[in-house]
Amino acid sequence: MIAYIIKRLLSAIPVLLGISVIVFIIMALIPGDPATAILGSFATPENVEKLNRDLGLDKPMIQRYFIWLGNMLQGDFGRSFSLNKDVLDEISERFGATLVLAGVSFVLCSILGVVAGVLSASRQFGITDKLITLSVLIGISIPSFFLGMMMILFFSVQLRWFPVSGMWPIYGARDLSALLSHLFLPALALSVVATGVIARLSRSAMLEVLRQDFIRTARAKGLSEARVIWRHALKAAMVSVIPVLGVQAGFVLSGAVYIEMVFQWPGVGRMLVEAILKRDILLVQGGVVFVAACYVMFNIVVDIIQSLLDPRIKT
Amino acid sequence: MALFARSQLAFIGLIILSLILILAILTPWLPLNDPNVIDTSNRFKRPFSEDSILGTDHLGRDLLSRLLWGTRLSIAVGLCAAIIAAFIGSAIGVIAGFYGGHTDNIIMRGVDMLMAFPYILLALAIVAALGPGLMNALIAVAIVNIPFFARNIRGVTLGIVHREFVDAARLSGMSNAKIIINEILPNVFPVIVVAMSTTVGWMILETAGLSFLGLGSQPPQADLGSMLGEARAAIITSPHTSVVPGVMILIIVMAINLVGDGIRDVLDPRLKSGALSTPRSTTEVAKNKSDAGLKTQTLLSINGLKTEFRIGNRILKAVNDVSLTVDKGQCVGIIGESGSGKSVTALSIMRLVSSPPGIITDGSIDFKGDDLLKLSSEDLRDFRGKKVSYVFQDPLSTLHPLYTVGQQLSEAIQSHNHVGKLEKHKKALELLQAVRISNPEKRLNSYPHELSGGMRQRIGIAMALANDPDIIIADEPTTALDVTVQAQILKLFQDLRREKGLALVFITHDFGVISQICDKVAVMYAGKIVETGPAAEILKSPAHPYTARLKSCVPELGQGKRNLIAIPGFPPMIDNMPSGCAFASRCEKVKQNCQSAMVDVKKIGQERAVRCLFPEEIKAG
Repeated sequence: MIAYIIKRLLSAIPVLLGISVIVFIIMALIPGDPATAILGSFATPENVEKLNRDLGLDKPMIQRYFIWLGNMLQGDFGRSFSLNKDVLDEISERFGATLVLAGVSFVLCSILGVVAGVLSASRQFGITDKLITLSVLIGISIPSFFLGMMMILFFSVQLRWFPVSGMWPIYGARDLSALLSHLFLPALALSVVATGVIARLSRSAMLEVLRQDFIRTARAKGLSEARVIWRHALKAAMVSVIPVLGVQAGFVLSGAVYIEMVFQWPGVGRMLVEAILKRDILLVQGGVVFVAACYVMFNIVVDIIQSLLDPRIKT
Repeated sequence: MALFARSQLAFIGLIILSLILILAILTPWLPLNDPNVIDTSNRFKRPFSEDSILGTDHLGRDLLSRLLWGTRLSIAVGLCAAIIAAFIGSAIGVIAGFYGGHTDNIIMRGVDMLMAFPYILLALAIVAALGPGLMNALIAVAIVNIPFFARNIRGVTLGIVHREFVDAARLSGMSNAKIIINEILPNVFPVIVVAMSTTVGWMILETAGLSFLGLGSQPPQADLGSMLGEARAAIITSPHTSVVPGVMILIIVMAINLVGDGIRDVLDPRLKSGALSTPRSTTEVAKNKSDAGLKTQTLLSINGLKTEFRIGNRILKAVNDVSLTVDKGQCVGIIGESGSGKSVTALSIMRLVSSPPGIITDGSIDFKGDDLLKLSSEDLRDFRGKKVSYVFQDPLSTLHPLYTVGQQLSEAIQSHNHVGKLEKHKKALELLQAVRISNPEKRLNSYPHELSGGMRQRIGIAMALANDPDIIIADEPTTALDVTVQAQILKLFQDLRREKGLALVFITHDFGVISQICDKVAVMYAGKIVETGPAAEILKSPAHPYTARLKSCVPELGQGKRNLIAIPGFPPMIDNMPSGCAFASRCEKVKQNCQSAMVDVKKIGQERAVRCLFPEEIKAG
């Protein structure tokens, strides 16, 4: 087991390097001159040249990549010019908020999605199945940002059940109940699409499993139908659901961008959009690499869970 | 069109989508206000007000006009992104799949790298580099979707690249480019269409999302996403400016998804046969079944059982009027070719025939005086595994792959006896010892895939023994095993019968097995029992011509000179049964009246019965 974990961790290294290369290439494609972008179009040529030198932009591409990579490995992601702040400091301040939002959404969509899929499959063609299928269809078709806006309108403005936006109350205690009341709507809005995708997949995985011989064996043993479905069938279906949970984690983590904008959530996503609009390249670069790296690590955790579930995977 | 008619929802989706597409195409010629004329004195006019049906936005621009122009733009951008992604992605996939080897390796590693990014994050990074703008958002969304197409198309290409027609094209000297265009592309095209139909919706959502964030279309040009983005500030005071574009996106994407599902369903051939419906926990019993139950003293008595499979318009009569009794401690063999209905008969006893499509239409199955066909599913659960248990044919697919042997055994014990953990463990060990598994303590922690075939079947038997049932039904338990293991398992069954005094229903196609362990035998053909009687007598002198032919198919040791004769012809299709004897068309002794009317069961001797007008003469024992 430990050998497998180490193996998986080592296999992440080339992926992480690949990610850094892709991000670097994308950022190197930027038309125009970053120094001009930073200093504005009225900057003197001398100042542009000086800034280029300071940023290391006068060196060849390959050299620049390794300098950038080396700095990142030492925790130096550069300095954001728009915020005049260390990039890594800004990211680590913001990332907690995104993690809370995306984490709660992910748990929500995993549980709701799997439960909906199982219910739907075990009552195939029944009224429950049809209702769930219809809700899932709406869920995967609705833009999360529109859903978020409608939620604010209905639950926050009309019913006044939840605060309109933000992560914390402007005045008052920053305790758990304050956080939860601020978190509920954005987390729900963010989880809807992923819930739909997971429910669809769980349904088809369950239908596949329910036709298998070992399900008939379980029934021949005289097990209750609940046990047949929620233990025997679900455990086997999870083998094909869990990898999709990994993919959906990526959707939730990056889809948080929209929700953070709608609900004014102080996370990395909103930071990225603001940085893109201000063309604060270092901040974008750092944010993208950081979030992508977290996602890679999360997928390793998913793989390890998968290997614990399925003894047939050689560890 | 006929394809869509099958699914009403897909059809509705298609109609909605067509309407929207027509509106989007016709937009420039419709009598609309200019979408970009600013009229600040008429800001935020409500819907259905004078000269603006949907009202106006924060700059007093006509919402209906902006909506239609925005729809046009959103669909166009989404479609373009889908086409670009499909084109480049499919090209990459075909090349990787076609050339294989290093080319494939390098390309797919690159694709994997792209997929390591969270989806939207990559699009953001690309837009960050190219700068905000609708064209750049389109490019970003297309690039992000390329890996999806590349992966899918590569998989399909790999599947066909070694097929005969591709080899034939190679041998005929076609160039690689020509093979790809003439042979590969036509075959992967349907997959590309399906992949596109399932992704266009996402791509419209994604481009709308980027525009919503202000990274896509720039004012005054507006797609649905940027309309929503601009309306966000006024969400509380003038919600209609948000609702209008938001609902439009929802409708478009939903219609596309409906159509996409329809296309996928049509291209998935398994849906058509009805095979995709999953079996319920118990076989359905027809409500109008007659009360044929006879209260008998026998342990198990099946009377006039009829089990059918209803697939579409076809009715397959798998078990057609079968009657059979099993006494305490008796071993009854059911023998027949595959498809003769022997397994379905056995599964009917447990009500485990897959349903749908299976349904028990008539007859009764009395166990100690109770009709099993009338049990509620709760009572049936109490019966399964406790009174009668079942040993299945293929022990690999019938054991749960993810639970250990110990877990599966304890579960079988637990399901009918609430016992403590220690006792369960003890009992599980006893069961493994009972089926002669060496080192049982260690085996409890093994998974099925870690065991040999014979060992797995022993586990299956141990599970069947868990609650000391009165009857074990063994459905070809040795067919999947090799000959020596087969002999061991048969011996195990014999021993267990003797030790525990349980009755055995043994299903097989092998007369050798019957002769070894059965007291009584029932020969099945095309859903009917054609002959029953004591095993030894039937083996010595079969009465039904079919039994005789079946017996002579079996090689016997030390009788090398005898010719093995296969039975000519095939059994009749069970959805189209002849009116007379089902075996008549293959029978050597067929006479005219064999085919005219149903042949009834006739008693011959004290314990024997045969369904034949002209049975073989019985040699005196």
